[in-house]
Amino acid sequence: MSRPAHKRPEYHKINKDLFVLTYGALVAQLCKDYEKDEDVNKYLDKMGYNIGTRLVEDFLARSCVRRCHSYSEIINIIAQVAFKMYLGITPSVTCHNSSRNEFSLILHKNPLAEFVEELPAGRSALCYCNLLCGIIRGALEMVHLAANVTFLQDRLKGDSVTEIGITFLKKLDEKKYRRKK
Amino acid sequence: MADAVLFEFLHTEMVAELWAPDPDPGSGGKRRSLSVLEGLGFRVGQALGERLPLETPAFREELDALKFLCRDLWAAMFQKHMDGLRTNHQGTYVLQDNSFPLLVTMGSGPQYLEEAPKFLAFTCGLLCGALHTLGFQSLVTASVASLPACKFQVVIQKS
Repeated sequence: MSRPAHKRPEYHKINKDLFVLTYGALVAQLCKDYEKDEDVNKYLDKMGYNIGTRLVEDFLARSCVRRCHSYSEIINIIAQVAFKMYLGITPSVTCHNSSRNEFSLILHKNPLAEFVEELPAGRSALCYCNLLCGIIRGALEMVHLAANVTFLQDRLKGDSVTEIGITFLKKLDEKKYRRKK
Repeated sequence: MADAVLFEFLHTEMVAELWAPDPDPGSGGKRRSLSVLEGLGFRVGQALGERLPLETPAFREELDALKFLCRDLWAAMFQKHMDGLRTNHQGTYVLQDNSFPLLVTMGSGPQYLEEAPKFLAFTCGLLCGALHTLGFQSLVTASVASLPACKFQVVIQKS
């Protein structure tokens, strides 16, 4: 076995940059391969979905999260545990409606777009971070929580914050879960 | 943070989705089929090369640049050093990693040997891109005899 590398503080930043830079190169490649922004968005969402279906296993293994009993509890887990674990940020959470199945994650910082000043010319409809929507949707689906996940606001499009909207599609059966506990 | 996991999953997904298509097909179908991934890796390698701390302002020799890749670049990316570096002192180097992180999860032994080259193309491009930032033109190829060990052969092009 090789000698363990000494832990320089800048190495941690480089490791983080590796994902962000790789993602940037991927988006650039997809913009080259596809003419339409919606095709790139769809592709990123699909890749994100495939990643999310696997990432949720890693997340459940690392964290000690147990079964949630409400959508707001689930959203708080996503914002305070999952985003913190994988991206090092903690988005704010807002709820949109009285039936409490529509939420938003407000990203005040967006590490995925750290090196992006603005969208490429002629790509105004591109959702640069659409991979995140796919990841969240794929992860939730693996724990039987069907959801629509879309960007409602995007700093790269001139908005003041980046906002991810999450709408749960099925009614959460609280009695059923309470019985199993 | 668990950044390494995100990169590994993204890398796997890129291999799954991008390894086949090449918008500029030329001669030699096998070689070209990995060029998109290599191109992505090259861009990332260029950027990483700019970000890593250089303890000397300029490398006097190729060997210093290769040692930099084996120690600093690998430590930053995979939190370990390369296991070996050999050279014929004529511009050809072989970098050996006995437990390459992007192959470790595939298992050990010959079972997935056929699929392994797909998972090396990005890293070949990355090494090439980092060397380019350091001022060296190179051709990087990889080989796997038995998972998860692999070798990257670097041939420095004389200008």
